[in-house]
Amino acid sequence: MNLGGGQVVNKQSMMPGSSGGSWKSSGTSGGGGDGGVPDQFPSGLRVLVVDDDSTCLMILEKMLRHCKYEVTKCNRAEVALSFLRENKNGFDVVISDVHMPDMDGFKLLEHIGLEMDLPVIMMSADDSKSVVMKGVTHGACDYLIKPVRIEALRNIWQHVVRKRKHEWKDFDPSASADEHKQSEEPDYSSSANEGHNWKNTKRRKDEDDEADERDESSSLKKLRVVWSVELHQQFVAAVNQLGIDKAVPKKILELMNVPGLTRENVASHLQKYRLYLRRLSGSQHPGGMNGGFMGGPDAGYGSISSLNGLDLQALAASGQLGQLPPQSLATLQAAALDRSNNAKSTISVPVIDQRNIFSFENPKSRYPEVQSQHLTNNNSSKQINLLHGIPTNMEPKQFVSLHQSGQHSLGSMNNLVLIQMGGQSQIHVHSQSQTQSQAQSNVNTHNGLRSNEMLPRGGVVDMAPTVYNPVVSVSQASPLVNFSMNHKTDSCGTSYPLGGSLGISSLPTASSALQGDGNLDTKIPRKGIVPSYDIFNDLNQNRDWGLPDVGLTFDQSQHTIQSGLDASNPLLLQHNRSSGRDLGGQNRNLTSDKVVLSPGFESRIHHNGSNVGQPRNVYVKTENDIDGSCHNTLYSEQYGQDDLLAAILKQQQQEGVGPEDEFVFDGYALDDLPV
Amino acid sequence: MERNQMHTQVANTRKSLFDQGYLDDQFIQLEELQDSSNPNFVEEVVTLYYRDSARFLSNLDQALEKRPLDFSKLDNLMHQFKGSSTSIGAKKVKTECTHFRNYCSARNAEGCKRTFQNVKKEYTTLRKKLEAYFQMSRQVGPVETACQAR
Repeated sequence: MNLGGGQVVNKQSMMPGSSGGSWKSSGTSGGGGDGGVPDQFPSGLRVLVVDDDSTCLMILEKMLRHCKYEVTKCNRAEVALSFLRENKNGFDVVISDVHMPDMDGFKLLEHIGLEMDLPVIMMSADDSKSVVMKGVTHGACDYLIKPVRIEALRNIWQHVVRKRKHEWKDFDPSASADEHKQSEEPDYSSSANEGHNWKNTKRRKDEDDEADERDESSSLKKLRVVWSVELHQQFVAAVNQLGIDKAVPKKILELMNVPGLTRENVASHLQKYRLYLRRLSGSQHPGGMNGGFMGGPDAGYGSISSLNGLDLQALAASGQLGQLPPQSLATLQAAALDRSNNAKSTISVPVIDQRNIFSFENPKSRYPEVQSQHLTNNNSSKQINLLHGIPTNMEPKQFVSLHQSGQHSLGSMNNLVLIQMGGQSQIHVHSQSQTQSQAQSNVNTHNGLRSNEMLPRGGVVDMAPTVYNPVVSVSQASPLVNFSMNHKTDSCGTSYPLGGSLGISSLPTASSALQGDGNLDTKIPRKGIVPSYDIFNDLNQNRDWGLPDVGLTFDQSQHTIQSGLDASNPLLLQHNRSSGRDLGGQNRNLTSDKVVLSPGFESRIHHNGSNVGQPRNVYVKTENDIDGSCHNTLYSEQYGQDDLLAAILKQQQQEGVGPEDEFVFDGYALDDLPV
Repeated sequence: MERNQMHTQVANTRKSLFDQGYLDDQFIQLEELQDSSNPNFVEEVVTLYYRDSARFLSNLDQALEKRPLDFSKLDNLMHQFKGSSTSIGAKKVKTECTHFRNYCSARNAEGCKRTFQNVKKEYTTLRKKLEAYFQMSRQVGPVETACQAR
């Protein structure tokens, strides 16, 4: 019902509060005062139904039509995903079956959460508690038991409203007002609000990342905050800087210094991030690692952020990123690291691409751009976000998924990593989940640590595997990994290949910043990709992410990453350090504990033991880009990070624990890097 | 009169399907979805169901021929088939499917095979009954039937 929407939209636009984003008519959804809720809402709600059972599909479609919703049905998950990707703002809610032959419903759920952040309702004839719980942990906003009754479908609009409201209110009402008008016209008219905002945001970003920071925020405000790569990176950097424990929304907000972003936005994102991390850790190692991680979920989280920060720096340093939207970069840098000067937007480049890749927006094309450093604003920003964004969870997942796709083990990882950058997850995509977590934490800590240098190698310590690692590395982060893996297919290329490339290229330049131990930190030009690039590398292998070059200037790592990546989710292989780098290849040892945590340095070089023993997946070392494959796993920055991580982790696990270190999230591995 | 009689007949047939447990509430849901814009909706759905589910049944048949039996695969197949059957309200079929799955989890090959025969039997019986019912309904007019159904 675009029509309805369109009209409504207008109304909404008028109301600053109205949830703009929400689908057109949703005046109601709007957060704030949308008084002008169009009467039509929830009519015209655009629903996408996915179920391999044609009979059910037909019945559902009929029921939804009876509710006056607009229905699109498909019986294959892949098709559904492509629908969603092509029409970012085209749908308001997704209903998906759990058991499907081509893709598990939960995987689809994760993908959607990460890329599009739409409310997803799961359904199944299976009503066992475990399955329902799984739906919950993966972020489904509801779970319906088949046979589905029409009454159950009538109320699904509430999920749309809720989501919008949540995001919307994060934004400053006044700001949104402005945005609203702006966006509203172009956006609303064009597509569903939701999609629109997203689009807007994205669009803006693309256009002028730098200048647009403001726009972004504002557009973000409109309906909901779109956690672009850059934004997420900034976020992660801020969190890392503050430290997981201290990462409170208010402070994060201050650090990020993004106009138009509200504390609520940050709070909700933080929550997602934490969930993501938790998921990683939970899935991976309920035991030790988790303990560490869980113990400080924040910590882990922070670590991730720190990583991001580092990444950013790296990115900036590398200059390769180029595109990292200056603003975000700057913000990041300022917030996270001192490096701001280096931070050229370049860093974002890798990230963004990845992100794009993940989000499919610019899947491959982005990547190349990334390399060129200017990841095209979008890309870069996206990428960056990736790094920051999603807590490792995302990444791992991405990687995992990526990995699984078999394309790039690393790539997938990278993707994950990228994704982070992109926005949601910082996913450092480090080694498949395990490493990822580690990496992330590593990365994160690094970020924090390094204020100037990429990750003080010693600093990496922060990352203390516990922090993040547990989560990530745990369980092979299959969830994460899975994610990545899956993603890989999509984003494979995208995933962070940056990891390697970005990091690497930036390294050289960044090295100055990093210079520190040569640790990966510095080296890893964080190309925005969060150290987990390792993953990318692997992944990238297939894709050539523009990043690639990241040149891994790091002399070392690159290869490691790749190698590692291939092995498992190269999450973090990035570690350029060839020396230590185990990352690359193998490590994914996630098994070990996810060592990934890039502290990989430890592992890498000497595997301090902390690393799961496996070669620290130097992942993430972004620079390592192990071959530049910085796959831009750019996950759509906003994914349900949790999902990603989980996926990644899962994958990792599946993968057999690939390079554990992969997760190398941030540059920690850098240490190993022979800078 | 004749018409009325037919209506009554249709109504009775329908009622017996419910009373005898062949159909359950879900079928009524389908009927409620039927309207003037889609007057044969229920029949279409049922036709689609029979067409699609034939595939599951043949897969199950094949899987049951294998030695040793792959119970998890059987369970998966049956789960999907059961989901389909449930969505049209095929009550007896659904019940037999549940029995089958129970035997699967108990890894009882004999039980599975036996139950599967029951599933097929119920499945076929229901089809015949529904076909007759639809035919009758068409004769009296779908809309009316729907009304009567209500």
